[in-house]
Amino acid sequence: MIKDLKKDIKGILIEGLTLTSALVIIAIVVVMVTVIVIGGKDQISWEFLTSFPEEGMTKGGIFPAIYGTALLVIIMSVAAVPFGTITAIYLTEYAKEESIIAKSIRFAVRTLAVIPSIIYGLFGLGFFIKFVGTQMDNAFLGGELKWGQPNILWASLTMSLLTLPVVIVSVEEALKTVPRDLRAASLALGATKWQTIWKVVIPGSISGIMTGTILAVSRGAGEVAPILFTGAAYYLATLPGSLSDQFMVLGYHIYVMATQSANVDQTLPIQFGTTLVLLALTFILNISAIVLRYRIRKKKTN
Amino acid sequence: MAEKIIKSVAFLCITIIVLIFFFVFRESVPIFASAKTHEHTEATASSPEVQETYGEVTDQSSAPLVQETYGEVTDQSSEVQETYGEVVDSTASKSADETYTVSAGSGYDENQSALNTLMSKDWYPVSEKPRYGLFAIILGTFKITIISILFAAPLAILAALYSASFAGKRTKEIIKPTIELLAGFPSVVIGFFALMVLATFLQDIFNYDTRLNSFVGGIAMGIAAIPIIFTIAEDALTAVPKTYNEASLALGASKWQTAFFVILPAATPGIFAAILLGIGRVFGETMIALMATGNAAQMGLNPFESVRTLAATIGAEMAEVVFGDTHYNVLFLIGSMLFIFTFVINAVAEFYVKGKLMKRIQGK
Amino acid sequence: MAIEKIHTENMFLHYGTKMALNNISMQIPEKKVTAFIGPSGCGKSTFLRSLNRMNDLIDGVKIEGNILIDGINIYDKNIDVVTLRKKVGMVFQKSNPFAKSIYENVAYGPRINGVKDKKQLDEIVETALKNAAIWDEVKDRLGDSAMGLSGGQQQRLCIARTLAVNPEIVLMDEPASALDPLSTSKIEELIVQLKENYTIVIVTHNMQQAARISDNTAFFYLGELIEYDKTRKIFTNPEKKQTEDYITGRFG
Repeated sequence: MIKDLKKDIKGILIEGLTLTSALVIIAIVVVMVTVIVIGGKDQISWEFLTSFPEEGMTKGGIFPAIYGTALLVIIMSVAAVPFGTITAIYLTEYAKEESIIAKSIRFAVRTLAVIPSIIYGLFGLGFFIKFVGTQMDNAFLGGELKWGQPNILWASLTMSLLTLPVVIVSVEEALKTVPRDLRAASLALGATKWQTIWKVVIPGSISGIMTGTILAVSRGAGEVAPILFTGAAYYLATLPGSLSDQFMVLGYHIYVMATQSANVDQTLPIQFGTTLVLLALTFILNISAIVLRYRIRKKKTN
Repeated sequence: MAEKIIKSVAFLCITIIVLIFFFVFRESVPIFASAKTHEHTEATASSPEVQETYGEVTDQSSAPLVQETYGEVTDQSSEVQETYGEVVDSTASKSADETYTVSAGSGYDENQSALNTLMSKDWYPVSEKPRYGLFAIILGTFKITIISILFAAPLAILAALYSASFAGKRTKEIIKPTIELLAGFPSVVIGFFALMVLATFLQDIFNYDTRLNSFVGGIAMGIAAIPIIFTIAEDALTAVPKTYNEASLALGASKWQTAFFVILPAATPGIFAAILLGIGRVFGETMIALMATGNAAQMGLNPFESVRTLAATIGAEMAEVVFGDTHYNVLFLIGSMLFIFTFVINAVAEFYVKGKLMKRIQGK
Repeated sequence: MAIEKIHTENMFLHYGTKMALNNISMQIPEKKVTAFIGPSGCGKSTFLRSLNRMNDLIDGVKIEGNILIDGINIYDKNIDVVTLRKKVGMVFQKSNPFAKSIYENVAYGPRINGVKDKKQLDEIVETALKNAAIWDEVKDRLGDSAMGLSGGQQQRLCIARTLAVNPEIVLMDEPASALDPLSTSKIEELIVQLKENYTIVIVTHNMQQAARISDNTAFFYLGELIEYDKTRKIFTNPEKKQTEDYITGRFG
């Protein structure tokens, strides 16, 4: 029964192999973050964040991109959060677990979650812009081309479809933490199902709704493929003034600058700076969501 | 009353999927329709050379285009009418030697030719005789997918195994969130990193010629796929009942023997699903492809060549395309293909995997 | 005088700050059936699991004192736990066959030990299944999944799986508590047969079972070993009042 070093070595090596894999992945993450921070930190200043780009993107700031991103995610959230929350409420409160309806909806949600983001772009183009947009133009403007082209409204709606599954899943998770007894107590006091949901369940799951929103915003701020041809633009002299305007976005800005700028060396610092801003933004959002989710799970086990 | 509203809102989810399906496919259908004719203002001034006989190549001076048989060859210098409402001056320069396919009479049937070119390797959508050969692009997509999965799957699965079977509680609390943080990286950021840093780094190590190629793109995509494979694999491994672990250890197996010979086999369906979903992610990834692969549609199995993927093709060209154009339709067709592919992968991962898992737990 | 197999001296076990076993000292003889009885939570299972160091798997467990098997302290830092567990096997309360075939379940242990030859494995599997009194029922379907067996059969399969590793001691943690009476009696018969070749230690909350099949019985209460003696003595003329109260059903 005494320890046999030879056999131990085999075990140690194998365990070491799996540990190394984990460490390699972590190293990749660390390297990426470090490179971007180092490359971009000098760019970050109040000026950078609040001024317009100048001289062909070689100087100046990225304010319009930040503004556009903010506008995008706000409109997107206004569309996706209520919609997603209501769907989640339906799935947890109304639908029977095993019913075909519930299963189909869940399947649809899961499918939505894995569709490549570029497909959403195609849908945005084919449906929102070319169908809804042109119908609107025909109906309200006598055929004049206003809504039947890429703009921030359509881009935001497209993005909201993309982030819908995220919202639904997060809200569902939070709804489930509200104990059954609470609902039973409310109903026993004579409240209707809807009143119970409105006054008891939803307030109890606000944190889940917030988590879902934050995660959706994080994705919406970072995804570029869906807005490549539904509204994003590289250089606009003014900020978007109405829903029918195009807009600048952080992610798209990085993409175009990195692949198509005339003078890569000169724009490189700004590229890194913009990337750093986007990365920092996503990080902060994701970490807040993780913390929130951790609190939700703790509440569940209590 | 509120219930009805809620129910109908929830139903919208299913409606959305159906709508996406419908509208994406609808825009690609025109290719299969007939007689979409196209105005062709002849660009080449030098008439005689531009003799395309669609039987053999007799053209030496220009066109890298290879022959295609388009059916009948007719000498046509007629006025071809664009039937999409765009008015083009049809009296302008019509080369006398314009020889294009004709269906009885009016013009060059672009749909037919597009359909014919799909099964080829030349992707030249913006030339005089546009060719929409998908082979090279499909090959490029496959090359990237294979490279990325070969890179990501072993790393992610071994790391998941470490987290599920070997790691102590505190170590797990560091490893898991860090890897899952990677899931939050926007793909444009990973693409940027690949383009600016990774490409140079890898080129220095491996010494190949083309800086942006399927190898670089594959590794970058792999980085994007790791979190998905890791999370699902780790869930699958953790879901194996603890009693298996106990039973194996009580028999005198060591931790690693238990992990490899009991836990891993029991979690195989879930790990398979993890890989499938990783594949699905990579297949449809656009930004990394646009930024790190070189965007050249070429055949050839060399991983150090530039490639172009299906998703990148859509992403790069859709903004420039004319609405209603054949090019436009073909891009939507590619989109439909992507949609079907990811849909099928997802369905397989769900149903097959769940089925296998159920069978195992209940005994065949 | 029966040869002493397991010798425990002043053993304490703590879960964090809570003491679960308080100064346990006893000798377990070889090739006999020793039963641990006592009410829920008395520590009998905990002590059993200390004998093959399965408690090592729990966070925050601290053990003091000596447990010697064949004269060797199993908690010595030079001891290879993996080898220990080959010598001291365990059957659990809820049967836990792997999601593999019946054959593969039993062959798992020997394979882990490096046995590769198919004929050898076949032999080991057959012997183990026979010793577990289940060979006749499964010999024609060794390739079938173990999950398709009944509860009682699965438990006997688990016993076969343990025997295939050729242990000297077999620990059983309430092996029949999840089974119907017919399967239970089959297992009890099996245990009596097994003691010819193996030292058996069995935890049971069923006193009649202990009375039926064991040679020695130990009564635990609140983490302490109250009384340990020949089974006949414990059940007919116990020394301690607590033992008598438990036997006669006054508590637990």
